[in-house]
Amino acid sequence: MIKQYAKILLQWKWLALILVILAVGLAGSGAKNLTFNNDYKVFFNDDDERVLAFENLQDTYTKNDNILLGIAPKNGKVFTRETLAALEDITERAWKTPYSIRVDSLANYQHTESVGDDMSVANLYEEAKNLTDEELVKIEKIASNEPLLVYRLISEKAHMTAVNVTIEVPPDGEMGKIVPQVVAHARELKAYINETYPELDVYLTGIVMMNNAFAEASKYDMSHLIPLTFLMILIIVFLLLRSFSGVLATILVSLFSIITAMGLAGWSGIQLSPPVMSAPVIILTLAVADCVHILSTWMHQMRLGIEKKAAMVESLRINLAPVFLTSLTTAIGFLSLNFSDAPPFRDLGNISAMGVMAAFVFSVTLLPALATLLPSKVKKTDKKSILSGLMASLAEWVIVKQKVLLIGMTALTIVMIALIPTNELNDIYVEYFDERIKFRTDTDFVVKNMTGIYFVDYSLDSEKAGGVSEPAVLAQIDQFSEWLREQPEVIHVNTIADTFKRLNRNMHGDDQSWYRLPDSRELAAQYLLLYEMSLPYGLDLNNQIDIDKKSTRLSVTMKTISTKKVLAFEKRVDAWMETNTPLIKSVGASPTIMFAHIGMKNIKSMLTGTTIALVLISIILIVALGSVRYGLLSLVPNLVPAGLAFGFWAIIDGEIGLALSIVTAMTLGIVVDDTIHFLSKYIRARREQNLNAEDAVRYAFSTVGVALWVTSLALIGGFLVLSTSSFQLNAGMGLLTSIVIAFALLADFLLLPPLLIKLDGWLSGGEKDT
Amino acid sequence: MNKIMINVALPLVISVLTLNAMAETPEAKGLRIAKETDARDVGFGDSTADMMMTLKNRAGQTSTRKLHSKVLEGKGDGDKSLSLFNTPADVKGTSMLTFSHGLKADDQWLYLPALKRVKRINSRNKSGPFMGSEFAFEDLGSQEVEKYKYKYLREEACGKGWKCHVVERIPAYKYSGYSKQIGWTDTKEHRAVKIEFYDRKGSKMKTLVSSGYKQYLGKYWRPSVMSMQNHLTGKSTVLQWTNYKLGTGLSKRDFNKNALKR
Repeated sequence: MIKQYAKILLQWKWLALILVILAVGLAGSGAKNLTFNNDYKVFFNDDDERVLAFENLQDTYTKNDNILLGIAPKNGKVFTRETLAALEDITERAWKTPYSIRVDSLANYQHTESVGDDMSVANLYEEAKNLTDEELVKIEKIASNEPLLVYRLISEKAHMTAVNVTIEVPPDGEMGKIVPQVVAHARELKAYINETYPELDVYLTGIVMMNNAFAEASKYDMSHLIPLTFLMILIIVFLLLRSFSGVLATILVSLFSIITAMGLAGWSGIQLSPPVMSAPVIILTLAVADCVHILSTWMHQMRLGIEKKAAMVESLRINLAPVFLTSLTTAIGFLSLNFSDAPPFRDLGNISAMGVMAAFVFSVTLLPALATLLPSKVKKTDKKSILSGLMASLAEWVIVKQKVLLIGMTALTIVMIALIPTNELNDIYVEYFDERIKFRTDTDFVVKNMTGIYFVDYSLDSEKAGGVSEPAVLAQIDQFSEWLREQPEVIHVNTIADTFKRLNRNMHGDDQSWYRLPDSRELAAQYLLLYEMSLPYGLDLNNQIDIDKKSTRLSVTMKTISTKKVLAFEKRVDAWMETNTPLIKSVGASPTIMFAHIGMKNIKSMLTGTTIALVLISIILIVALGSVRYGLLSLVPNLVPAGLAFGFWAIIDGEIGLALSIVTAMTLGIVVDDTIHFLSKYIRARREQNLNAEDAVRYAFSTVGVALWVTSLALIGGFLVLSTSSFQLNAGMGLLTSIVIAFALLADFLLLPPLLIKLDGWLSGGEKDT
Repeated sequence: MNKIMINVALPLVISVLTLNAMAETPEAKGLRIAKETDARDVGFGDSTADMMMTLKNRAGQTSTRKLHSKVLEGKGDGDKSLSLFNTPADVKGTSMLTFSHGLKADDQWLYLPALKRVKRINSRNKSGPFMGSEFAFEDLGSQEVEKYKYKYLREEACGKGWKCHVVERIPAYKYSGYSKQIGWTDTKEHRAVKIEFYDRKGSKMKTLVSSGYKQYLGKYWRPSVMSMQNHLTGKSTVLQWTNYKLGTGLSKRDFNKNALKR
């Protein structure tokens, strides 16, 4: 039947070519629907409880989305006429940022002080050019003693300052669409500052810059990784086949698979995000394996002297079923990513699965048509290659050392699996970008010199309208703030308690002994009203207090710490509030908290996905191999590689995050290919040629050994290219996947054969039953 | 003779009228309408009213405040106003006195009963928010003609069968929070139906819709509902006015620092 198909295909190859191109065009035109989603929230489900908590907090107060312009004077002094004057100008211009609703800087910080019997609420300074030396000293003294400012808008050493622009996505807008406009303006502003004030260095960070970095990291990857993968594939395929037309056909199959998959993604409404951008590299790498199998048999047949069309018919007869099977299992592995808690990985899984299936279709339509159409010269030869010789020696060695290998590999597996728990969960989202991305280096600078980018917000709820002015509530807010300030992770605490204390002091002639909380609710509420009535444009209290004055937001800025430490901090705060401040008990919400939980959540959900993929793949293997016992045995070489790889990872890296939690499921479908090829040849030798176990191992080595080496090398190479991604999630995933595939080869060559020989009795017992 | 007169005079009259209309620039027409609007409100003397303010945030939560407001019509200068806060309970008795000035910063005092003291609010906060609402002080203060530069845009229907002048106005006050406003004022009674506010970067920031206009003393129109929607943040504020009384005979003595404490 397959033979029939192959003959018809080669007869109508022009028609086949046209149909394939039409199909690719149709599917690929969906790419016009692809849009890039550059919002970090893309990593979370809409109904994730921590996302909802953070959304709710932001709806109650103002949004946290921001751009922070870190301003570092080259002379290391912020409090000079020149720098302060520049800050006024920059602050004024920052207001022009699209979608900005608030700008905070030293220049518009609302300093309150008592003037005679009245309270003055005014900018910390104005028209800096005309400030006297005494005034400069006074301004510096105020700013560096103001808890609202130090570590937030001014560094402790007063050598760096910042202008913070709060961005609010309008109710009918989307973050993804407004990011480029906001960033473009911020960069224009930076260029303006560099031009006008060459003595100032500018660093851009904040949530909006991070969102933008997702797109930029992806762009970098697209322009660097994909060409690199193509080049690598080109070299590997050429070295193996030494055929120009083979290389061309392979490249076209890969390219068409990518176009089809990305186009279908567009049609199905998938949005692009950094993890999705690794799909082209993955599809490219996997498509090559299909082509290599079909082309190498074809060339082999031609070397035996068979005409090229007939050789292709034979190649398809031999390869169509296994290529289909391996594509199917690979697709199942990718589809199991649908269990992931992070939508981008579901998208990655679906796109890759579509790409793998497209690659299968093209490698049994386009590839044969194209290969036989193009001129190809193959010398007839019966010389055995050096590689085949090496494979034969490897087989002998494995058979001789089978006992040692069995014990050694089992011991290695046990040790490695025992190491797995020493891996630590870690998702530091700032470090998702490596130093090639400007956002990372700018952020590192700002974090090192002034403030943190990690934060946790608490909505402290008194549960009564106006309750934030209640002395008992205020006392607990203050206690909580002071306790937080003692925590080693904490850089800055922004709390309304400080504002109340300051106002109380202002109302008593700036007498420091009155720097304490007001002692009656009425007094506190009226201070707040006075203050609220005095604030200028854009600086309302709503970023700290809800409209009912029932609850207040307390923001904790933190050092960039590991997930483990974030979780420990969260727990410690929880326990402390329970015993000390029960009136205002609440949970922390922020991207820091969201990312701290996503890794574990994803691992849990992926366990289900991996199990289902494993069961499905095992069933396919049992059917394909025609034996329950061989099917069960295949679990060993299918699972051991992931176990070895995660153990090995504990030694070389030791940190597991969001991206690595999907590797087991994803690689399952890929490593199973090696097992299928090796086992099917082994079984054929046992059943059809009645060879004993050891000879069957020799046969398997000699028939698929080289092909396994080549396809594994191509896969390892492809995923290693991915490991050079500037986006750490993709890079880590690429590296670990390469390791899994390398271990899969090890398991297939060194563990599976001794196992087959050892369990031969049990395995062939099963054969007699069926 | 008559026929000749018509034949000659009518085209002449028409062309003069047209020329006149053409001669009036959009700026001049805008200013003329603003003056007309201002003139319609002259002479109310003073007014008192109760106001309920309802704040709504993006999450849909609402919060209300109630206050009593007194206004004394200004002659030569802006109006004087006194607001007495009734709720929330913890600010009851707090009152605010404002002397509004066209292009200068307003003078403002706040009386805090818990401190038993009058405090002057010393800031250029006309552009700042009023009591945490979506209204800025400058949206609520008296609208003297010289506060803006005007440009007539067009005339169009604006609901209820009304026709409106659509006039763009650019604040003359240096510290205004707005780059421009576009106002819809009905052609017949000069009632402000709608105002769009554009922020300093030129984005449409807020829209104020005033409705439920009632006429007092047979002349002066006052809205009973003023609804301000912020397009940037999704927050909104609604002011509901009741018990309007005009010409109650208030005097300067009701609008000084001592009056605050009463």
